[in-house]
Amino acid sequence: METPGLYIHIPFCFSKCHYCGFYSTTSLDAVEDFVRALLGEMDIYREDFNAFDTIYIGGGTPSLIPVKYVGRILEEAAQIFAISSHAEITLEANPADLDLHDMRALRNSGINRINIGIQSFDDTVLTILGRKHNRAQALAALDNAEKAGFDATGIDLIYGVPGQETDSWKDTLLTALSFHPAHLSCYQLTVEPGTPLAIRQSEGEIVLPDEAFLADIFFETTDIIEKAGYIQYEVSNFARNLKLTSRHNQKYWNHTPYLGLGPSAHSFREHRRWWNHCSLSGYIKDLERGKAPVDASETLTDEQLQLEALFLGLRTTKGVHLKDYELRFTYDLLSEKNSIIATLIQKGFIEIHNGCLRPTRAGLAVADSLALI
Amino acid sequence: MDNIRNFSIIAHIDHGKSTLADRLIQYTGITNTRTFKDQILDNMDIERERGITIKSQAISLPYLGKDGKSYILNLIDTPGHVDFSYEVSRSLASCEGVLLLIDAAQGVQAQTLANLYLAMEHNLEIIPVINKIDLPAADVERVIEQIDRELGLDAEGHLKCSAKEGTGIEDILEAVVERIPPPKGDSEAPLAALIFDAHYDPFRGTVIHCRIFDGSVRSGDIIRFMFNGANYKVEEVGRFLLSRQKRDYLSAGEVGYLIAGVKTVSDVHTGDTVTMESRPCRQALPGFKEVKPVVFASIYPISSDDYQDLADSLEKYTLNDAAFVYQKDSSAALGQGFRCGFLGLLHLEIVQERLEREYDLSIILSVPSVRYRFTLKNGSTVDVDNPTLYPDPSSIAGSEEPYIRAVMMLPERYLGSVMKLCMEKRGANSVINYPGPGRVELSYEMPLAEVIYDFYDRFKSVTQGYGSFDYDLIDYRTSNLALVDILVNGEKVDALSQIVHRERARARALQACERLKEEIPRQMFKIAIQGVIGGEIISRTTISAFRKDVTAKCYGGDITRKRKLLEKQKKGKKRMKMIGSVSIPQSAFLAVLKSDTD
Repeated sequence: METPGLYIHIPFCFSKCHYCGFYSTTSLDAVEDFVRALLGEMDIYREDFNAFDTIYIGGGTPSLIPVKYVGRILEEAAQIFAISSHAEITLEANPADLDLHDMRALRNSGINRINIGIQSFDDTVLTILGRKHNRAQALAALDNAEKAGFDATGIDLIYGVPGQETDSWKDTLLTALSFHPAHLSCYQLTVEPGTPLAIRQSEGEIVLPDEAFLADIFFETTDIIEKAGYIQYEVSNFARNLKLTSRHNQKYWNHTPYLGLGPSAHSFREHRRWWNHCSLSGYIKDLERGKAPVDASETLTDEQLQLEALFLGLRTTKGVHLKDYELRFTYDLLSEKNSIIATLIQKGFIEIHNGCLRPTRAGLAVADSLALI
Repeated sequence: MDNIRNFSIIAHIDHGKSTLADRLIQYTGITNTRTFKDQILDNMDIERERGITIKSQAISLPYLGKDGKSYILNLIDTPGHVDFSYEVSRSLASCEGVLLLIDAAQGVQAQTLANLYLAMEHNLEIIPVINKIDLPAADVERVIEQIDRELGLDAEGHLKCSAKEGTGIEDILEAVVERIPPPKGDSEAPLAALIFDAHYDPFRGTVIHCRIFDGSVRSGDIIRFMFNGANYKVEEVGRFLLSRQKRDYLSAGEVGYLIAGVKTVSDVHTGDTVTMESRPCRQALPGFKEVKPVVFASIYPISSDDYQDLADSLEKYTLNDAAFVYQKDSSAALGQGFRCGFLGLLHLEIVQERLEREYDLSIILSVPSVRYRFTLKNGSTVDVDNPTLYPDPSSIAGSEEPYIRAVMMLPERYLGSVMKLCMEKRGANSVINYPGPGRVELSYEMPLAEVIYDFYDRFKSVTQGYGSFDYDLIDYRTSNLALVDILVNGEKVDALSQIVHRERARARALQACERLKEEIPRQMFKIAIQGVIGGEIISRTTISAFRKDVTAKCYGGDITRKRKLLEKQKKGKKRMKMIGSVSIPQSAFLAVLKSDTD
């Protein structure tokens, strides 16, 4: 079994972005209580998970809480679990939150990868998204990360924003590439139900770009990034070279176990997936009683795991390793789905490469449908 | 016999027929409220959901009248759709009277009239009952005026009730006793019993529902079906209460059941006369008609692995539906299946729904067709109800198609638009009658094929639901026919082929392509749909491919959600038929017959 990954959800935000469906609260009063609860939660899993080789601190906005807490969390994790010496330790940050001093402190506390949620270098787009930073702050954050000694900086961007012109997107993309980040994530905007954007959409105030436009942007984006020498390894993710891919995120896609701590965090091991309460108060309350703050869980059948392995695998450029798949599920994909696979190969959606069934670029864009074969 | 009353409730859809039946059953005390399952007479799920009665049912209600005498009130339910008008007529032939139920808020509607005419044809006593008087929108005075003016009935004799609230029920039961005449008949005469329905009991075989007109029958008797002369030994007779209640005998005037070792319901013919082998009656009861399927379609399992399941299910299904017939069939595009005959399109939809629901099958139905007749140059004739068996065009000397006489009742204000519709449907020889002020009875001779092609929906829409429609097959008439084939990505889908009148062929090829474009969801690649007549491509539509559907983010919390969505989509896909690389949904096959106006 591969070494599991540890995810830590920091449920605080300065304000809610207009598109975000993740759990967070904008009041920082409970930070101290939260950190105490989180350390308690780690302790609960002391026996079940003893080693990790990736830690990902996400949110919410991890960069919002005082840096000293990040240090404490990492120290405690290292006390309780065996954290590999070459562990990939990532933190998500907002451009406006961290000055050079903070960045240095984070770097010293053990964070070796920083993912900056820049989203766009266009202030108009940032306003539509409800982001609280601007282009200048985004540029400064990238400079600071470099000065602080981060050699693995990731930039997150969003495209397909209502009103966003193709040129604005290209400018954002090229600006991001000019910093030679180790990692780049380009997410098509997803309107989550219940978010301010969803409400504005239902009221006809904003109109999302159509699928044909988004497909063009997707292909063009991939072209531009690959021409800059990057490798696409998943639908939305690119790395400067293969060593710089996010090891942590890949665990989600290949069914490696992971432990998620913090409100709403999801965990997975073998046939089971479980997730914590969404509410911070419910989370803290359970842990005050020494109880795991688990909201619910599911036990996956082989058939469900098989479907997951297929759709997660087909989201990656490596694809699904046919022999591994057959050994794991006693299911020979190639012979069972012979005719549909032949058609999809002939139509240019998938190909077989190094024993893997992998999507072509056109296939990657319709990976959800490919999984329905 | 004086203590028996045989009656039906007839009404426009949703005027409260089943609710009233429930109240009558409750009132007479054969059930208590605790065990009472609402709307007992409509006991199939589909009937409940669609609010229509498909099979007729009967129930005997014991009732102590205000006159101190005990009565048996036999309530015979009737099916509520034009495909089953013959079954309705047999149920009504078993009665002496009807309750004509009218919604106090909606007033007289199309089916109120159609049902009234049917009851009049059978010389039944008609008791108008105004229902739903508790509704705020109830307008009893207006309905009374309609009963008088539009129905031409004596409005003085109307009753009022709220079946929902259970008011006025006793008055109704009293009126049934007082006003509906007791049955007449001679229990000493040779047995003459009318079969109005039959159902299959897995333990006892076919249970025959019948009304005894003359004579009597008891277990041990050898009975004879007059239609085919088949003899059976009676095992049991009895009445329908909530369940069957065995009795020593049934005699003239009574309604009940016979169990006589009849294997399947298809051995029993609704409307047939049952008599005694040793002492047959002189002639059969009037009105018998052999019910023949008029609409044909093939049924295929969506997954070919389910073929045997489908075969088994059809065998079981026919035990309870004598009007449904089937035989083996195969399609180049859809594989092994069955060619089936139905009484009409609704019957077809009911069979489809029941097979899916009760037998858990995913099936595809080919485009429905009527039965055409071809004369070949070698002098022989062939009947073709399956477009895949369309004769080689060069061998055809002549062709004919079945015609019906359609009878429609409608308010005069819709006459113009209905005539226009009938003409569009190749109607001819119209006859117009004015049975009452503002009311028109219109009859047309029309090809049956035009009726199954969206006529009913459009008739309802142009008459805003106020028109009622009934039809009889009359004969075959010369017609110039053509075969329209559909190609999906260049591959012929024989289950989508249609035989149509040559003048309509182009329009229908075009329409089929348009409808398929609406019904087939966009897929990863472009889909070309072509309509072909005699090798020539007449119409073409294209369903463009989608190029992007992938979710942007898929991390810890997204995976479960995404998997659930895919599981749902996979389930939906199982209900589609893969033809080549194209998934075609079930709905596409029937949609070809529907116009774009609905």
